[in-house]
Amino acid sequence: MSDTATYTLTPELKAYVEERKSIPGSLIMVLHRVQEHFGFIPRQVAFEVADALDIPLAKVYGVITFYHFFKLKKPGKYKISVCLGTACYLKGGGDLLAELESKLGVGLNTVTDDGLFSVEAVRCVGCCGLAPVVTVNGSDVHGRLKKSDVQGIIDQYNALEAASRDA
Amino acid sequence: MAIKTYILVCGGTACQSSHGTELYDALRHELAAQGVENEAQVVRTGCFGFCEKGPIVKILPDETFYVCVKPEDAKEIVAEHVIKGRPVARLLYDASQSKANAKLEEIPFYQKQFRIVLRNCGVINPEKIEEYIARDGYAALAKALTEMTPEDIIEEVKKSGLRGRGGAGFPTWMKWNFTKQAAGEEKYIVCNADEGDPGAYMDRSTIEGDPHSILEAMAIAGRAVGANHGVIYIRAEYPLAIEHLETALKQAREYGLFGKNILGTGFDFDIELRLGAGAFVCGEETALLASAMGKRGMPIPRPPFPAVSGLWGKPTVINNVETWANIPVIILKGGEWFHKIGTEKSPGTKVFALTGKINNSGLIEVPMGITLREIVYDIGGGIRGGKKFKAVQTGGPSGGVITADYIDTPIDYEHLAELGSIMGSGGMIVMDEDDCMVDVARFYQEFCVDESCGKCAPCRIGTRTLLTLLEKIAKGNGEPRDIDKIKSVGRAMQKAALCGLGQTAPNPVLSTLRYFEDEYRAHIDERRCPAGKCKDLVRFVIDEAKCRGCTACARKCPVGAISGERQKPHVIDQNKCVKCGECFRTCRFGAISRQ
Repeated sequence: MSDTATYTLTPELKAYVEERKSIPGSLIMVLHRVQEHFGFIPRQVAFEVADALDIPLAKVYGVITFYHFFKLKKPGKYKISVCLGTACYLKGGGDLLAELESKLGVGLNTVTDDGLFSVEAVRCVGCCGLAPVVTVNGSDVHGRLKKSDVQGIIDQYNALEAASRDA
Repeated sequence: MAIKTYILVCGGTACQSSHGTELYDALRHELAAQGVENEAQVVRTGCFGFCEKGPIVKILPDETFYVCVKPEDAKEIVAEHVIKGRPVARLLYDASQSKANAKLEEIPFYQKQFRIVLRNCGVINPEKIEEYIARDGYAALAKALTEMTPEDIIEEVKKSGLRGRGGAGFPTWMKWNFTKQAAGEEKYIVCNADEGDPGAYMDRSTIEGDPHSILEAMAIAGRAVGANHGVIYIRAEYPLAIEHLETALKQAREYGLFGKNILGTGFDFDIELRLGAGAFVCGEETALLASAMGKRGMPIPRPPFPAVSGLWGKPTVINNVETWANIPVIILKGGEWFHKIGTEKSPGTKVFALTGKINNSGLIEVPMGITLREIVYDIGGGIRGGKKFKAVQTGGPSGGVITADYIDTPIDYEHLAELGSIMGSGGMIVMDEDDCMVDVARFYQEFCVDESCGKCAPCRIGTRTLLTLLEKIAKGNGEPRDIDKIKSVGRAMQKAALCGLGQTAPNPVLSTLRYFEDEYRAHIDERRCPAGKCKDLVRFVIDEAKCRGCTACARKCPVGAISGERQKPHVIDQNKCVKCGECFRTCRFGAISRQ
């Protein structure tokens, strides 16, 4: 699925940028708000942010690319994050990642052709008691997983998707 | 009718993920359905620490402690416990299998703990300032503002002997004193809540469970050094913690405990939140300040230290979450009281995130000087699955391992440094015989390569060089001289790197090499991984004598590498085998061995 949509700062985002403009060093806070809205930082919006904050575009991209949290590519509708913090790694987080990649047929940080799933590795989501952990869209936490649980998780979101299509 | 019973439900991230939210809703629903909503109340608290057995429920006033509670259990808890006053025995913690432990203090996991930092976690509702105040909250701020001079405050912190809990252990009072003495009208107080160490979540739980303690402490420091602005730099990955901080700030302002003219004393103090964006290097104070100012989080050489030139070039105190959480207690109970806890040189307690191959993983707070044995066996309940204890990693990517030989070492700053590890922020990862030290070192090095900001060559090139060498060894291509190379590159980095990240990045490799050189040698000289973790060095072989020809392994093998007739011994084609280990796990006759 190629991404042909055009992105631009919404009125709410514009208002937020305007509000932060007078507070020094607000670029990261603005980028957070942008990513919260779009799920990533679209190129066109990065241009607009640079303009609005009166910061050179190179500086804006310098910050975006420095931090792991900011994404330049649109993630899948269901963004699967595999925790590779130490506790999860020792308990088989790496195997979960490999299994997800093979079941979905995608590599790390890529999106399935239907745009539904993307897989990424994250460093410690802070649920080490539940290791190994996978989160979906940041908020759905699946803990104490085995390799054999991976298909079930994928099925769960496929079913959710089918249900929302039927509705 | 007055509320007689309080049902505390853990609202920590781990418990919430194990259907804690549904449990909370179910309990509230049941109270209403059974008509006792005026007699009992459900309270969502911070983390109890016993994440292994979550979700946790505690009933007050009788202090009954329930573990692994499911939403379906809500009905029984309300019907039996709340209405009839009979504890639900099957939900109690039962360590000995003989007698159920009803109360928190009776559970071995809690017996050796001593809670200062986590004093309110699992006790109060973190979203209600009234509950914090009821537990002496903001009394320390009132005392600091009305009864103490700034010098008194610093003197009290000095007497306590409190050292920075972020890892390096620098005396807190000295940081404050430098900032106080620095020239300038405008000064800043910063809280480092950018918990980047993979495998650690102490700060997250502290903020989620007791956000006001951080705010109060920062205001006290503001009074001590003459600062009116605070900044909390927190990971964007911790949404619940951010939400609780925002709520807490709003409530504190409404109560006149924050903002202008606090408690009518003429002292102004307020705090702004700044979000991190996933860069481990931002735990380093100069990098953190750069990031808080909206820039790339790259460190700068010190001096000048932040105490002289920090946020916006102004004198700045930076302490981490756990350090801050100690402050109100020190002010209220006095530095001398605090100094009696722990050891002479490392007073107080330390919070650890105990994780890995341990029976009771969770968040623990223990007095300094406790031995590793007490933590692993008494609190942690020993190694999972009866395996053999191999080592504990402390200090994350900047630390090292402590082996079984040193399990009776008291845990404090000095002893850990002697062993070649560091206290770090509090990640404590337990490893058993199945964990390969070369693999662990490679894991941490990969992390450091990702997280190196690239500013200085020793870190940028050094981490990459070390990773390449470790990967070579893990693949079975290592040469004897690689070990010397690792040592010399590592030592150069320790001396020459710009900031703490680069200087400590070789620690996990050097530390594992120090205690497990034989394991490295086995990879290099014998092309063998003793723990069986390094896939390239492992072979799965079927023992003809034991194989019954059940075909289970052949059906499970994802690449069709196993062949053989039914009821006859099977064989694995080593050229096709991808070493996933499925056959090994599938075989019910123990016929497949890992070599």
